[in-house]
Amino acid sequence: MFSFRKIRYGLWAIAGLIVISLAFTPVTSAQSKNLKIGFSMALTGPLAGAGKAALIAMQIWKDDINKKGGLLGRQVEFKFYDDATSPSKVPGIYSKLLNVDKVDLVVSSYGTNEISPAMPIVMRKGLVFMSLFGLAVNDKFNYDRYFQIMPAGPIPKDDWSRGFFKLAMAQNPKPKSVALLAEDADFALSAVAGARRHAKRLGMKIVYDKTFPFGSPDVTSVMRAIKAANADLVYVGSYPGGSVGLVKAAAELGLKAKMFGGGMVGLQFAGIQKNLGPMLNGIVNYDFWVPEPTLNFPGVKDFLKKYQAGAKGKGVDPFGHYLPPYAYAYLQILGDAVTAVGNLDQGKIAAYIHKTTFTTVVGKVKFAKNGEWANTRTLQVQFRDVAANNMGQFNKPGKRIVLYPNSVKSGSIKYPYKQ
Amino acid sequence: MITLELFLNAVVAGLMLGGFYAAVALGLSITFGQLDIVNIAHPTFVILGSFVAYILNQNFGIDPVLIGVVFMPVFYYIGTTLYRVYYVSFERTGQESLSGLAFFFGLMFIIEVLLILTFGVDYRLVSAPYIGKTMHIGFLDLPYRMLVPALAATVMTGAVVLYMSKTFMGKAILAVSQDRLALQLMGADPIKVKRIALGIAIATASLAGALLIIIQPVEPSVGRLYIGRIFAIVVLGGMGSISGTFVAAILIGVVESFIATFYGPSWAPAVGFGILLLTLAFRPQGIFGRA
Repeated sequence: MFSFRKIRYGLWAIAGLIVISLAFTPVTSAQSKNLKIGFSMALTGPLAGAGKAALIAMQIWKDDINKKGGLLGRQVEFKFYDDATSPSKVPGIYSKLLNVDKVDLVVSSYGTNEISPAMPIVMRKGLVFMSLFGLAVNDKFNYDRYFQIMPAGPIPKDDWSRGFFKLAMAQNPKPKSVALLAEDADFALSAVAGARRHAKRLGMKIVYDKTFPFGSPDVTSVMRAIKAANADLVYVGSYPGGSVGLVKAAAELGLKAKMFGGGMVGLQFAGIQKNLGPMLNGIVNYDFWVPEPTLNFPGVKDFLKKYQAGAKGKGVDPFGHYLPPYAYAYLQILGDAVTAVGNLDQGKIAAYIHKTTFTTVVGKVKFAKNGEWANTRTLQVQFRDVAANNMGQFNKPGKRIVLYPNSVKSGSIKYPYKQ
Repeated sequence: MITLELFLNAVVAGLMLGGFYAAVALGLSITFGQLDIVNIAHPTFVILGSFVAYILNQNFGIDPVLIGVVFMPVFYYIGTTLYRVYYVSFERTGQESLSGLAFFFGLMFIIEVLLILTFGVDYRLVSAPYIGKTMHIGFLDLPYRMLVPALAATVMTGAVVLYMSKTFMGKAILAVSQDRLALQLMGADPIKVKRIALGIAIATASLAGALLIIIQPVEPSVGRLYIGRIFAIVVLGGMGSISGTFVAAILIGVVESFIATFYGPSWAPAVGFGILLLTLAFRPQGIFGRA
């Protein structure tokens, strides 16, 4: 027979069972809770191509680590937000990650401009901050829990262009003059500032030293002025749009410099490489990973296989040589450190990262005191024998010869640069 | 050092750059200058034109300029449909000033996001036999990558000027910008006239987009970089004057090229906008605008 009293007793019984079960299982519940890693990422805006590629790599690491049982026995979960390549959005995102989402660990977005705004918030909480391709960010903060995965080296602004000038000065006759050109944004200006210091240190004559606005539609006039300056070396810091324009203008106007390139972002991406084709031949530019035998680190090919499968149809760089291995590696290092320490004590994790040489898909990584790589491995590669309309060629050895550093060198420079 | 060779090359490069700017600004000159519609999404339609050119160029190897021309009727249709929505939603109720601006802002973001979802965020480029090659006349260098867009833009501007001055509908478009009521009294339908005008404006974005992707790599948000520059060109040329827009675009192109060659590329946009301010100070209606 229907009875309110019976229902009430039933509800009390259920509530009692819940209370008892909760009382006896708090430790188990806490342990099974996912370990949350929070970050902002440039998923729209000018740097979204790199940001999305990085995210694919990070998700591959997450899947790999979760298959192995996760970190500290907990499955890893990502909490991330699109910063739209807008530095002003970054502080709000990290505040939310830390105060609302209550993430356990944080890592950075992609690029100098997106990393710097997160630093004060991360520092206030005393968190370890693994960062992805920031150029000399810690110069301003001196934070001892900051670690940067791009292999720029311990003096990032100078190490970035060190290889370019070392190669140049090893030639006979030695170059005597240099033209410097920077696109008007943080990274490019920093890269060219380093090049300027090298040029002065080496006693070279700086015959052209200018900047051009970010996103300039046409740079033919700029290249014409550089050509007229008749410099032996042309060192450029630029972003993809500017880099493409400058390479095309150099080919169209017949630039006669002995070396051309340096810090041009974009020439690492397969779509741009395919379009520029033979115009790239002879250019010496920075890179971080190319499919040369000297850079065949354990695990990198397996990783790239997974990345290339994951990148299909996503409108990102199909080969993923430039950034993705490092986006995987910075989580690899964080994961290894957390596992070794056995808990989330940020001070202990930072101390462990400082003292350890990590084995990653980008090779052995050891950090200097300022959180940059202890030794630079910013590659200087030269484009060679590039054919027209063939993207596949860039996924094989022989098209980007590693000239510097000697530890991973795969060939010698062709000098002078010729179109 | 200023040499005659550098000087003339800077002028020629500026003419070509200005020609391209004219292609991008032409549509806005019609919408903003003549229809009084602040179509802030115009550069995004240009990017849409770039992506159409990219798809057909990469899959079928068709020349981007040809693609731009062939797709003009499709963009025209998009433009006329857009005006219908704009008219029903805002103009008819007299809310076009602020709500209309918000509408075009929203449209800009929607198109951008759709492009990102469809194509991703990687830079896209086209191939054509003339890209990377240069015509040399004496010491003058004319890269085809700039020359072809400049010529195509000049032809397109000429065609629009002819249409506006020689056809009944062209004259009606000019009339609707001057006195809508008088046009109505003459028996013409201003709504239809404006619909056609917006169609023509968006149609120019098809070709402008194709020209853009010949010059530089394109990703969905590149259009934003052009908003300030093309509004400045339209104002400098004189609101509603197609010829004025063309002249202003050439002027800005030459100034930018000259400054980039001899003083410093970073100053180029500042000097361009400086010219705009000076012109407005002495001739508020712009170069070809009516007082």
